[in-house]
Amino acid sequence: MSAGLLSLTVLVLAVAGYILGRRRAVSVAGGDARKLHSLPSYHGQSVFLFTAVPAFILMIFWLLAQPVYIENRVTALIPNIEADDAAARELAMADVRRVASGLDLAIAQGALQQADLDTLQADATDLRGKLAGVGVALGADVSQYTFDAAREYRALKSSLGIGMAVAVLAVAAAGFAFAWSRITVAFRARNVSESFVIAMLIGASLVAVLTTFGIVFSLVFETWHFFELYPARDFFFSTTWSPKFGGGSSLGILPLLWGTLYVSVIALLVAVPIGLLSAIYLSEYASRRFRTFVKPLIEILAGIPTIVYGLFALITVGPLLRDWFAQPMGLGNSSSSVMTAGIVMGIMVIPFVSSLSDDIINAVPQSMRDGSLGLGATPSETIRKVVLPAALPGVVGAILLAASRAIGETMIVVMGAGAAARLSMNPFEAMTTVTVKIVSQLTGDTEFGSPETLVAFALGLTLFIITLGLNVIALAIVRKYREQYE
Amino acid sequence: MTDISGGPAALPVPKSRRGSLLTQDALTKRRNAAEARFKAYGAVAITLSMLALVWLLISIISVGAPAFRQTFLTMPIELPEDKLDKSGTRDPAVMAKVTTVGYAAVIQAALTKAIKEKGISTDGMTPKDIAGIVSLEAPAQLRNHVLANPDLVGQTIDFEILANGRVDGFFKGRVTMETARLDSNIKPEQLVLAERLVDAGIMAQRFNWGFITAPDASDQRPEAAGLGVAIIGSFYMMIVVLVLSLPIGVAASIYLEEFAPKNRLTDLIEVNIANLAAVPSIVFGILGLAVFINFAGLPQSAPIVGGLVLTLMTLPRIIIPARAALKSVPPSIRDAALGVGASRLQSVFHHVLPLAAPGILTGMIIGLAQALGETAPLLLIGMVAFVRDYPSAPMQGFFDPASALPVQVFNWTVRGDPGFVERASGAIIVLLIFLLIMNAVAIILRRRFERRW
Repeated sequence: MSAGLLSLTVLVLAVAGYILGRRRAVSVAGGDARKLHSLPSYHGQSVFLFTAVPAFILMIFWLLAQPVYIENRVTALIPNIEADDAAARELAMADVRRVASGLDLAIAQGALQQADLDTLQADATDLRGKLAGVGVALGADVSQYTFDAAREYRALKSSLGIGMAVAVLAVAAAGFAFAWSRITVAFRARNVSESFVIAMLIGASLVAVLTTFGIVFSLVFETWHFFELYPARDFFFSTTWSPKFGGGSSLGILPLLWGTLYVSVIALLVAVPIGLLSAIYLSEYASRRFRTFVKPLIEILAGIPTIVYGLFALITVGPLLRDWFAQPMGLGNSSSSVMTAGIVMGIMVIPFVSSLSDDIINAVPQSMRDGSLGLGATPSETIRKVVLPAALPGVVGAILLAASRAIGETMIVVMGAGAAARLSMNPFEAMTTVTVKIVSQLTGDTEFGSPETLVAFALGLTLFIITLGLNVIALAIVRKYREQYE
Repeated sequence: MTDISGGPAALPVPKSRRGSLLTQDALTKRRNAAEARFKAYGAVAITLSMLALVWLLISIISVGAPAFRQTFLTMPIELPEDKLDKSGTRDPAVMAKVTTVGYAAVIQAALTKAIKEKGISTDGMTPKDIAGIVSLEAPAQLRNHVLANPDLVGQTIDFEILANGRVDGFFKGRVTMETARLDSNIKPEQLVLAERLVDAGIMAQRFNWGFITAPDASDQRPEAAGLGVAIIGSFYMMIVVLVLSLPIGVAASIYLEEFAPKNRLTDLIEVNIANLAAVPSIVFGILGLAVFINFAGLPQSAPIVGGLVLTLMTLPRIIIPARAALKSVPPSIRDAALGVGASRLQSVFHHVLPLAAPGILTGMIIGLAQALGETAPLLLIGMVAFVRDYPSAPMQGFFDPASALPVQVFNWTVRGDPGFVERASGAIIVLLIFLLIMNAVAIILRRRFERRW
């Protein structure tokens, strides 16, 4: 029974539970719903919830655990594999899965019979040819143990599939019976089903926590693997980055961090003056009409997908900077450069600086402005000497948020900054960043267990920690600042 | 008071203020100039950001707009039975043995014949060069058409085929005679012939539906590349995001806004959501790769995985506006409901939630729009793969490989042929149109249904 059909069955059972529970409640009360503690629909609702929710939770966990269990059982059948050699295991499993799906196809198309399968010997028959006949091309002949493992894989999969269906339906039926048996006149069905719903609401809000755990766990886990294969000291302090396919790569993070920092600094040099001055103008000088018209326009810049900025850097800004600045000044002739990515990213970050600064400047109490103006200061003197110092912590927070945004940005640097890891001061040279290398290491063809791939997780963890740190600081500053004037 | 002004001991007039109040002294002038300068800085900053926006849009649209028009050749094509269906059975399975090479010969013959009939001079070009103005995709197009309608064999049909990307670029101004001389893929003579074909009415530009409906095409054929698979993939992902994030996001915001006690768990959740909203999107891609693909064993480049990753990424961005919408419903509504005997859950679900719904939906649509444009996490879960087959209908379709709009843009930008730059920009226009529609709907919803209390 497939997962889709199973969930449909559970759902039908639950809806039936709702209708039957409702009816039973009315009949228990002798047809007079006023005698019940709760409305009949709450009795129905409690049957529905007790039938559906535990069954679905079990199903989700079963679906998550099943592949892991199968993999453990199946790899035990394959000889010559060290228990801790993750890469070889993964490779062998991929073979097994491929053969198994080929067998499935062959049986579905009638090229093989289920009964034949048990007596079949892989070396005796041309299994590879048979599978190729149904459209599954294999790289090599199927060895006997791979075939055995594939057979075991299929057997386990089908028996576990049946097991899941039985278990889920049993849980659904048990929930149904339990909730059904509780229906009496005095049963507080509303309270029960409401606490059930609140528990579900809590569960939904825990998804965010689970996501964070998932991120931290997967990053730390794979980074740990990486550091087992590659010395941490070299990763953090080496100044060369040159991954090689055959091993012997040097994977130093410093050039990447330098590129990231350089691009972000240029972006902030563009975004902070423009964003801050726009915010000041909009909040202190602009008329109401001008403000309601221009503010959304600036915020459009934040709503444009980053891929659009990336293309803009690639086809417009990059060639322009190369032809008008880099080449005439003899600084380089690459259209992807730190400058290209920095300027375009700066444009993207403008609204992050301006919107938040605008809010913060508006939160400065009017009395402070009035006092300064009353003493004879001009509006610009008021802004520079009174409003901005008062708003400074908040503005710093806004800039830090913008910085974290710039550091984590991917598409603009992938398309605008280049791929060469370099420690150079020349802003018109192509450099690369942490995010670019995460993409290139994880989209390449290297096998998953190699340090060249796993380094992406270490890079990701570094990126996560940096941006998280910036955010926490920024949010703390902004919050503290807000409290000051509230 | 008069005696003071008339008295001999009049107050000493400050030196700097000796002049008339109507003329400004140096300091005032400087201060006023500084004031004007400061104001001008602000105006310049706003102008700069507006200019950046306009520049961005103009550069993308001007490069991308030509992608919506395409050059086609329309001519009668004879489908000889002895070449395309030797068996004479009209059975598509048998006819499929004739490869595109066979159809290319048919097209070449038809083109030569059409040129001869119209009396167009070819200046002694080889037949191969003449056939070179036709897209490499054209034989496949014709083959698919014939296999779908086997009875056409033996007849002469009027068929529309794609012109080569370079020829198309010539009419769009991307390719000139000078560049053609340096280009190994096209010769100036071919461009001259193309101009003559246009004059003869065989070749023409028209709106390019294929760009929106066709699947991606290989490196040599930018003229045939389309967004069909990418649009379906993006659509499937948006369905997954909507189905998962709407209930979870609304439930989470209801709990946090209406029920959560002030304790450490609530604090933890709130800090988590605030920080997740600012985690770089690529980190979600790493999470998706590690958890959904490597651990749970879901297939690569499938919309379901993309949808799950985007859901996790979008959730905090939905929860924040949804909480704001719930918060804006005045407490008097809750009090009134509780006062007439509703439970807290009833007051929320029957009264507060419907009143907050427009705000929640607005936030939801904006969150979806952000998810639609997101690229980086999708790169990591294998969405960059070259996919030519349309994913099947749901539910199986969620597990089939597919592309996505923004990823398709990225895919095209890394290809060699300059024709793909035009395609990428055109795809961005399509993406921006979708985003514009979604945001417009959100604004209309807000304008029309949102209440001010």
